[in-house]
Amino acid sequence: MEIALNLDAAFTALADPTRRAILARLAKGEANVNQLAAPFDITQPAISQHLKVLEDAGLIICRVDGTKRPRRLAKAGIEAMDQWLAILRKALEKNYDRLDHVLAAMERQEKGKTR
Amino acid sequence: MSKLTLKTEGDTHVVVTRRFAAPPEAVYRAHTDPKLIQKWLLGPEGWTMPVCINEARVGGKFRYEWTNGKGGGFHITGEYVELQPYSRIVHIERMHLPDPTPDNHIETRFDVDGTGTLMTMRMTLPDAKTRATMLATGMEHGMEASYVRLEGML
Repeated sequence: MEIALNLDAAFTALADPTRRAILARLAKGEANVNQLAAPFDITQPAISQHLKVLEDAGLIICRVDGTKRPRRLAKAGIEAMDQWLAILRKALEKNYDRLDHVLAAMERQEKGKTR
Repeated sequence: MSKLTLKTEGDTHVVVTRRFAAPPEAVYRAHTDPKLIQKWLLGPEGWTMPVCINEARVGGKFRYEWTNGKGGGFHITGEYVELQPYSRIVHIERMHLPDPTPDNHIETRFDVDGTGTLMTMRMTLPDAKTRATMLATGMEHGMEASYVRLEGML
């Protein structure tokens, strides 16, 4: 259940364009708050709030470096999201594999009728 | 050729595409005839759809009930907004878990693709948060499939 709640938090975190842009920046490497705030026309407290959401969701990690707090991607969290998406895709694929069989059976039936 | 794609689009959409060997008419029928729907729209292994009510007309309602045979289950209700045989379906649906989730507005297109069909299903959720929750919930349901597979391997 805890996993599911984190997952919910992770998808919520990803639902925001600024947070997605932050993740995209962090994919290139570690960055501090000033660097992360630079491309956006929003205040540093607002950026910090976004970082907190990403951190709580397990998508980024904060490191202590003297007075700085550089952030980086949490590899485990990102990989977990990827895995969940792959699993959802598989569940859907299972439905459509079954539909392939239903469609093939429909075609056989159609051919049977015309004979 | 049958590869499924699943991606998010903007803040509120989820788009699924899949190719089928059969023509659009057959794929459309398999999406609107309850007897056919019950054969494939089942999710993970072990789930069945004992109730499948489907009034495939504009304004018509549908209700799908799933069970895993072990006391687990949920249902979806919805309404048809547009039906263009055999190329396009627009409907609204919600899951009952048991509280209803916000409405999911879904457009499904069936386009001719060689001798087969390209299906494009575009979901629109009311907001980013709802889409996030839907994806997470879908994951939970999908997760059961992997457990089942794991059981089969042990």
